Amino acid sequence: MREDPVEMSVAAPVAAPPEPQREALPTAPSTVPGGAPLSLAPPAAGIPGAAPATVPAAKIEIRDLNLYYGPFRAVRDVSMGIAANQITAIIGPSGCGKSTFLRSINRMHELTRHASMDGQVLLDGVDVYSPEVDAVDLRRFVGMVFQRPNPFPTMSIYDNVVAGLRLGGGARKADLDEVVERCLRAAGLWDEVKDKLRAGGTSLSGGQQQRLCIARALAVDPEVILMDEPASALDPVATLRIEELMLELRGRFTIVIVTHNMQQASRVSDFTAFFSMGEDRAGYLVEMDRTARIFTNPREKLTEDYVSGRFG
Amino acid sequence: MTTLSRPTRLPARRGPRRGDRAFAAGTRWAGIAIVSLLVGIAIVLAVESWPAWRAFGTGLLTGTTWDPTRDIYGAVPFIVGTLATAFIAVVIAAPVGLLTAIYLAEFADRRLATPLTFTIELLAAIPSVVLGLWGIFVLAPLLRDTLDAFVIAALGWIPLFAGPSYGFGVSTAGVILAIMILPTIVSIGREVLRSVPAAQREAMYGLGATRWEVATRAVLPYARSGVVGAVILGLGRALGETLAVTMVIGNTDAIPTSVFSQGQSIASKIAVTFNESTGLQSESLVGLGLILLAMTLLLNAAARLLVARTARGPRR
Ligand SMILES: Nc1ncnc2c1ncn2[C@@H]1O[C@H](COP(=O)(O)OP(=O)(O)OP(=O)(O)O)[C@@H](O)[C@H]1O
Ligand SMILES: [Mg+2]
Repeated sequence: MREDPVEMSVAAPVAAPPEPQREALPTAPSTVPGGAPLSLAPPAAGIPGAAPATVPAAKIEIRDLNLYYGPFRAVRDVSMGIAANQITAIIGPSGCGKSTFLRSINRMHELTRHASMDGQVLLDGVDVYSPEVDAVDLRRFVGMVFQRPNPFPTMSIYDNVVAGLRLGGGARKADLDEVVERCLRAAGLWDEVKDKLRAGGTSLSGGQQQRLCIARALAVDPEVILMDEPASALDPVATLRIEELMLELRGRFTIVIVTHNMQQASRVSDFTAFFSMGEDRAGYLVEMDRTARIFTNPREKLTEDYVSGRFG
Repeated sequence: MTTLSRPTRLPARRGPRRGDRAFAAGTRWAGIAIVSLLVGIAIVLAVESWPAWRAFGTGLLTGTTWDPTRDIYGAVPFIVGTLATAFIAVVIAAPVGLLTAIYLAEFADRRLATPLTFTIELLAAIPSVVLGLWGIFVLAPLLRDTLDAFVIAALGWIPLFAGPSYGFGVSTAGVILAIMILPTIVSIGREVLRSVPAAQREAMYGLGATRWEVATRAVLPYARSGVVGAVILGLGRALGETLAVTMVIGNTDAIPTSVFSQGQSIASKIAVTFNESTGLQSESLVGLGLILLAMTLLLNAAARLLVARTARGPRR
């Protein structure tokens, strides 16, 4: 809840998308600030919860990203940084392109028919859309967890976890046993399934299946994990487990999570990006900042309305 | 203990809904009708062939001689001919058909896949007599001079591949059958693969899989039972196909010893002989029909069992 109307009047007009400022951005990844919309003025003095708005050590740097389905532009001119080994939440009303945006980071977007894009997604300073980058290799570094748990139904729990490791040649048996235990432990599922690793992946409950999918994503040893509403199909207890799990993984993995659950975003994330939709239904980034700031003292009126439940 | 105080607007239960009951009854009777048709056919075949079974006992099933001059009838040459041709057909058509289905469902541009599928399905519209004629004039001589000659030269020392090849024989019939069942396997296989949820593909892509890996490790296993169903449908057609086989198999009432031997299948034997046969031969031919029906059902059941056994399937 905001009590400072002066701050609101200072905010930039919401409808105006950020101007491309490619030249202004340094290219070295370790020193990259949070992208153009984040090169913010210092917070007004005396506003509680105000935090530095730049992203330290950006793992991913997105520049002027536009995403299309055929002629329809689903995401417009997004530039932002994603901090290394932190949790970045993406929130916004339904249909504003959050999933589309997330899927562009590991090039899943291009698997959709008629999908296209322009702009840049830099992972450690390398544009993942450049011809030198193979999307297949990229996805081993940038894993994904989906909204609905999607374990492979014909595979056992064990085989589900190592499915990624068996790709492109396979791995030795002894190694696999170790990976299975480590990843299931990391996903908080080991104690529940250690006696039935040979049971089918779909014999688990929905929450367990989702943790299995997280274990499966961890097994290929990614650096970034994208999660698209990973807990929206789960009950509150299972949701809490997933959130705990994310906090455990924080520090070792760069996590980007799309969520409709505002409490979830404020509980788990370090940074929050708020997306909205323009007249043309194209989604754009309204603002991105430290999560505490977005939820207590955002710069944009639109953000404030959204996080306080007055819109969306 | 307590009387339920009923909310006024909730009506009392009036027994099962009429529509549900009619629907249940309708589907039940449709199911029963189909099963009784099958049983009825089997009974007719059994009754009509009864004299032959009385004369030969299981010898009708296990006898290796079919000799009208001595009035001795055994089905083994035709059982072997049927199984061998159908086996060759499936061995050729299953991998080719499934690879084609994978290509159409997973790799081909949809603008290309749809007309391509349509063209392949047109293959099924070729009358078998036309295919048989093509077999006689084109395929038989072609195979004899190329593939058969090559295999005999390379593997002829193995009795199964011993020459000579006349062009007309078990292998040529198998190839014709493969062509005939290919459209079934391709079009059903494509539908089955396409119905696999996108989430399964994305799960595999998200782990860093190539398209080929997605197709073979996510899509194909998920669709496994449907894919086997497609092959079984093809197999059923291969077992029962008559005319095209008659035209290229050589029509010899002996157990084929090599894939190039001339032989005869059950369906073809019945079609060729039944009209001019009387008495015990005619009854034995009906017995062959019963055997063919049983073989088809058994192979079907065995294949289904195999699928159920091999691994967990997707929960449906
Ligand atoms: N495969 C597709 N083909 C065409 N348009 C699509 C496709 N997927 C999404 N869209 C459109 O792109 C826009 C953004 O969709 P997206 O799924 O990214 O929204 P979202 O923010 O994730 O919504 P939600 O919160 O409901 O999941 C929507 O207008 C949607 O209709
Ligand atoms: Mg979404």
